Amino acid sequence: MKIQTAITQKLEQHFSPAHLEVVNESHMHSVPPGSESHFKVVLVSENFAGLRQVPRHQQVYKVLADEMAGEVHALALHTYSPEEWQATGMAPDSPQCLGGSKADQ
Amino acid sequence: MDIMDTIKQQIEENDVILYMKGSPNAPQCGFSMRTSQAVMECGQRFAYVDVLSNPDIRTNLPKYANWPTFPQLWVKGELVGGCDIVTEMHENGELKTLIESAATPAE
Repeated sequence: MKIQTAITQKLEQHFSPAHLEVVNESHMHSVPPGSESHFKVVLVSENFAGLRQVPRHQQVYKVLADEMAGEVHALALHTYSPEEWQATGMAPDSPQCLGGSKADQ
Repeated sequence: MDIMDTIKQQIEENDVILYMKGSPNAPQCGFSMRTSQAVMECGQRFAYVDVLSNPDIRTNLPKYANWPTFPQLWVKGELVGGCDIVTEMHENGELKTLIESAATPAE
């Protein structure tokens, strides 16, 4: 749970989220049990109001630079302003694995 | 040529270019598959680079782009996004509009 906790803490500190989900989806991929390689993040923050999606994701990647440079292989990101989140209310599911990580081993 | 120059040239010379794991016909990652399908459904020609067989690009494009993961879709020299953004744009119709306006018309 170490990386998941670090991601959660960093995002809470930096974005003061109105809503935050950090889901470990590593079990959906071709990695050993207990891995912390694939995550899904749903992040609702005032910081994102008026910003396009690319700069939103770049803000998140910057805050999580250490994790992204390390064990984290994939980060599904769903970023909303509080107003957008009220209108949507849920984030889409992540895709299933096709085994590409095996090429890394 | 320096790898950063190669990347810059690819992005500048291709109006629509997708950096992905595997190819559109044989994607090696669920995120790349979902993204390449969205781009294919727009019905225009596009370039792609398989970063699994181009390790230099895989290492250096994230620095160039300030974007750490793949896939990455670039249109007219600008990063459109990864799987989450492209999928959302596909669902709301923005992707087709963007790609149709950018793609070189078929001859």
